[in-house]
Amino acid sequence: MIVIARLTVRELVRRRVVWVLAALTILSVALVAWGLDRLVSLARQDGTNELEIRIGVSQVLIMIAFMFSFVLAMTAAFVGAPAIGGELESGVALAILARPLRRVELLLGRWLGSAVVVVAYTVASGLLAIAVAVQISGYGPPDPFLAVAFLSGQALVLLTLTLALGSVLPSIAAGAIAVVGFGLGWMAGVLAGVAAAFGVGLLGQVAEVSRWIFPSDGLWRGVIYGLEPPLVVMLATGNLPRFADANPFYATAPPPLPFVIWSITWIVLVLGVAGWWFERRDL
Amino acid sequence: MLVGRFRRSERCGWLVTPSVSTAAIEFDGITKTYGRTTALDGLSLRVGHGELVGLLGPNGAGKTTAIKLILGLVRPTSGTGRVLGAPLGDRLARSRIGYLPELFRYQPWLRAREVLVWHAELAGVAPARRAAAADEALDHVGLTERADDPVSGFSKGMQQRLGLGVALLGQPDLILLDEPTSALDPVGRTDVRAILRAARDRGATVILNSHLLTEVERVCDRVVILHRGRAIASGALDEVVAADGVRLRVSDLGEAGRAGLRRFGPLSVDGEWLSIRPLDAARIPEVVAAVVAAGGRVHAVEPGRGSLEARFLELVTAPEESA
Repeated sequence: MIVIARLTVRELVRRRVVWVLAALTILSVALVAWGLDRLVSLARQDGTNELEIRIGVSQVLIMIAFMFSFVLAMTAAFVGAPAIGGELESGVALAILARPLRRVELLLGRWLGSAVVVVAYTVASGLLAIAVAVQISGYGPPDPFLAVAFLSGQALVLLTLTLALGSVLPSIAAGAIAVVGFGLGWMAGVLAGVAAAFGVGLLGQVAEVSRWIFPSDGLWRGVIYGLEPPLVVMLATGNLPRFADANPFYATAPPPLPFVIWSITWIVLVLGVAGWWFERRDL
Repeated sequence: MLVGRFRRSERCGWLVTPSVSTAAIEFDGITKTYGRTTALDGLSLRVGHGELVGLLGPNGAGKTTAIKLILGLVRPTSGTGRVLGAPLGDRLARSRIGYLPELFRYQPWLRAREVLVWHAELAGVAPARRAAAADEALDHVGLTERADDPVSGFSKGMQQRLGLGVALLGQPDLILLDEPTSALDPVGRTDVRAILRAARDRGATVILNSHLLTEVERVCDRVVILHRGRAIASGALDEVVAADGVRLRVSDLGEAGRAGLRRFGPLSVDGEWLSIRPLDAARIPEVVAAVVAAGGRVHAVEPGRGSLEARFLELVTAPEESA
């Protein structure tokens, strides 16, 4: 498994994926720095008080994190889809799997190598962007490490699904299904909040179940919670908390521990089912 | 049934080593279906240690499926088999097998030597031996001068040479080559023949799956001809190629007359053409006389020397009834 993981990281370096991601990180952090600097400078010129500026920066940071989570989803899909599926389609996998290697070792090695690169990208980009925001505005999110950890978890969910689908489906189909799944998961999260706010029981139940089936949106709530200033949470929960829950960019509480445990179990289960299926399919 | 003993291998953990002489490959009534398509239909075959066997057959005969079954890349629908004394596809047995797939592709972003070193690691070659094993393989297939070039810049023929090097890596006990010369020029084909003979001489078992009958004829000890998933001929080259024969174009010969010709040897019928092979050339006048005596009219007589190609065509084009 480790030999495959090492080769995967080497491939992502050799094929310039890592360098492209590093360049994108620098570019996106530079844009965040420039945008925040402009916003904060203009607000201070207008005499906006510091508390309002910090709340504003926190919301901008959450919006940036949301866009970044989408970019991460796409990155995970692009990295994960061809990892197994592409090698099966090209025939490279035939020579590899003729070696004394279990197919599940190929799957897990590919997952591990891809996960190292995707998580490193997430952590580096996320923490750099937050550090820049702190430097420019003076606002520090309450728990940046928690936010980045949940963001990484979200990327891993996407990577796991794409890679698992790629071991049983053509790589293009695997990538497309994972990205659509990510979108539907987010929509399910929004609908669950709206249903709760307006008391639509059945819709809420369906949306809640789908949130557990594909846990990316639940993990996204953890990202928001790590970035949200306590003051905003307090205001939101004190004033019509039901409607605050309906907003996909507010989180009044972190994802419950059972959900976090479930998300980890989900990754293990999806890899397990994919491994079981992959072991049995004809190549 | 194999009685094996375990030994610690320098290359890859515990291996099952046959303690009695047994076949390198055994298929016992293996059927493999893909949906409604039957690729192998109750195939039974046996390949002894140290044999160089040609696996022949028209497209779709089941040759590639048979090789993939040995490696566990596909699983039999029914039937059983063994490879190097272990069940088909056994993981540890695979550490003793070299394989060149029909669809040969290697990581285009690696250099040739890197591909070989990485495969040596996968095959369980000891770390200290990997670089030397890779260099030996590069030398075998004539790629030493291109060892540090990226695979992405290789022609199809060079990629096939690299694939051959991957298959030969670490001197495996069993080498499975699926169309190993399909992209090679005549020089490359000659090199492959020398490589195969060298592998056999050091005691390796080689399965050569090829459409190029002349290649097979030149190097193989034994051939197995597959057709519609069944072995329709199997044996030493001399036995399968058989002997001389005759083709006759005949009209007005009834069923009884045809049946009467079977006393000369196996008869196959293709329209007006009748073939009898094997047949001693001295008996051809007798055959003609028998046709005429039975009321048939002889339009052409083609004495033919036996060749693998002639035998192959005869077998795979023969109507079921006359096979």
